[in-house]
Amino acid sequence: MDPKLLTIEALSAHFHLPEGVARAVDGIGFDLEPGETLGLVGESGCGKSVTALSILGLVQSPPGRIEAGRILFENRNLLRLDAEELRRIRGRDISMIFQEPMTSLNPVLPIGRQVAEPLMVHKALSRSEAMAEAAAWLDHVKIPAARKRLDDYPHQLSGGMRQRVMIAMAMVCRPKLLIADEPTTALDVTIQAQILSLMLMLKSELNMSVLLITHDLGVVAQMASRVVVMYAGQVVEEGRMTDMFDQPFHPYTRGLLKSMPRLGDRRAGRPPRLNEIPGTVPSLIEAVSGCRFAGRCPHVFDVCHKQQPDLFKIGAGQRARCWLKRYPDRRKPDA
Amino acid sequence: MPEVPLLKVNNLIKEFPLGGGLFAKPRARVRAVDDVSFALSRGETFGLVGESGCGKTTLGRLILRLVEPTSGDVEFDGQHILALGAKEMRLLRRRMQIIFQDPYASLDPRMKVNAIVTEPLYAIQNLAKSERKKVAAELIEKVGLRAADLDKYPHEFSGGQRQRISIARALCVRPDLIVADEPVSALDVSIQAQVINLMADLKKEFQLSYVFISHDLSVVEHISDRIAVMYLGTIVELAPAASFSGSPRHPYTAALLRAVPMPDPHRKTEPFPMEGDAPSPIDPPSGCTFHPRCPHAFERCRAEKPSLVKTARQHFVACWLNNSRGLGIE
Repeated sequence: MDPKLLTIEALSAHFHLPEGVARAVDGIGFDLEPGETLGLVGESGCGKSVTALSILGLVQSPPGRIEAGRILFENRNLLRLDAEELRRIRGRDISMIFQEPMTSLNPVLPIGRQVAEPLMVHKALSRSEAMAEAAAWLDHVKIPAARKRLDDYPHQLSGGMRQRVMIAMAMVCRPKLLIADEPTTALDVTIQAQILSLMLMLKSELNMSVLLITHDLGVVAQMASRVVVMYAGQVVEEGRMTDMFDQPFHPYTRGLLKSMPRLGDRRAGRPPRLNEIPGTVPSLIEAVSGCRFAGRCPHVFDVCHKQQPDLFKIGAGQRARCWLKRYPDRRKPDA
Repeated sequence: MPEVPLLKVNNLIKEFPLGGGLFAKPRARVRAVDDVSFALSRGETFGLVGESGCGKTTLGRLILRLVEPTSGDVEFDGQHILALGAKEMRLLRRRMQIIFQDPYASLDPRMKVNAIVTEPLYAIQNLAKSERKKVAAELIEKVGLRAADLDKYPHEFSGGQRQRISIARALCVRPDLIVADEPVSALDVSIQAQVINLMADLKKEFQLSYVFISHDLSVVEHISDRIAVMYLGTIVELAPAASFSGSPRHPYTAALLRAVPMPDPHRKTEPFPMEGDAPSPIDPPSGCTFHPRCPHAFERCRAEKPSLVKTARQHFVACWLNNSRGLGIE
């Protein structure tokens, strides 16, 4: 028996735009074990959100289209399910929280109703039972005086409170997988810390798996045990969190880690200049023959421009899409 | 200090009316900036951190007199700028510029880069077209773009490149002071590093001073010489950047620092202890405005507002707890 909860294989999601085909997700694969938190990291446009939307069958079509691949959830290919079957999984076995709680909550529905809805849809609870459970969940996610706030509308709550409502909504059916897409990016740092603490608590309570999508390396380091780094629609490196921070292999991962200012650097003396990754992310529309990072890579050599590297095995559980694995003597000393 | 500071802000207060209309009186007043004073030396980078609604953006705009204060005073290079007339103010603006957060909203989509970068010059002198183009070409190369980019429109650039254009526009009039309001917050990490390095280089080359406003503590600590932490319109702590994260003396600063998720899987942050949101500035708490969220609050905190007091060299704290020790919070 395969113990994986979720397996993504060779998934490609492209967008057919007037200016050409944008390969937002181009042949990615990774898996997620029950109870595991996997971080999906990358900069804007790397395809991490489209990956999440693909899992839930929410890629807007047209212009988007899943071109290839399989998404196995408990050994069922989600891409083969019809709309009704998918609806039964969405919100019950797999739920999602988004970055912007104001746009993802319904502004004209009281929050109690919104939290109760999945229970009525998926668990066939009566309205009063569902409302009672919704109140309990709102209390559990630490909304003060939860019972009195059931009839409040989203605009009456602060950003942090709205995100708590979103979390309650995602949790009521006790999902096996939570997909959290930049769940704290819109929040202030003290509120972010509260929400992250809450998510950690709920995760251990429900023993669910979490796919955490973020651009924030601090958030991912604190929350996830494994990480997948995406660049321009592809997985460029994956591995255990500690390995990725202690011995990152891919020049992009290394560059990202070094380009980030860290609190406390100043105490250790005047900080050196931040490491820059020169240039910008390549357009997803133009076809690239070699490695997609070649144009920005400090170690680039002839092979990189000619042929796309595979995800080579680096160590236990660590893989990187880089020719340096084959040609280690081409690595230049890091600046 | 014998030298006149480049910028001096004295007891600045800004209140905004809430509600009301043409004939109706406002329902209430929000004090966005509440009695803020500080001075900025030439060549200094002054970091301003705080969470949303703390008044950091309003303070940035008050410094440039883009909004008029309710009371208080701003001195720029010894001149009281609030006393200046429109014409004098316009001349003075040559020496103070601003960079905004959103490089998508702050550049006119129908202007070419050439026109954007040199527009501030119109306010100051009449230059021939060819002269302006020369200035623009020089500037655009200084910020790491190419002269050929001058004939393009903003939509042809990425976020990081647009922010470079904003910086070139600010530099065009050779200012002494640039107020940068969240200049890198909208950018990806790798691009953020490029823009931060660029700002550091330009500061040296053009002898600039910055007021650097951001919610990101790591970025502010990296770039600043001194850092002011704002909470509900007031500066609660003001410290040299080098000692900022090591010995916070205000419980709010300590909480902020502790809330930052460490990019290090070996150092797991403990569960965050501070509950609740920041209180509304419409009806701020009595005494020290931080007391409802403060783990150390005692009676005096509820009754009296502490003022900013010197606790060490260049280190000021507004907290009744303050003594020579730090809070011992890492």
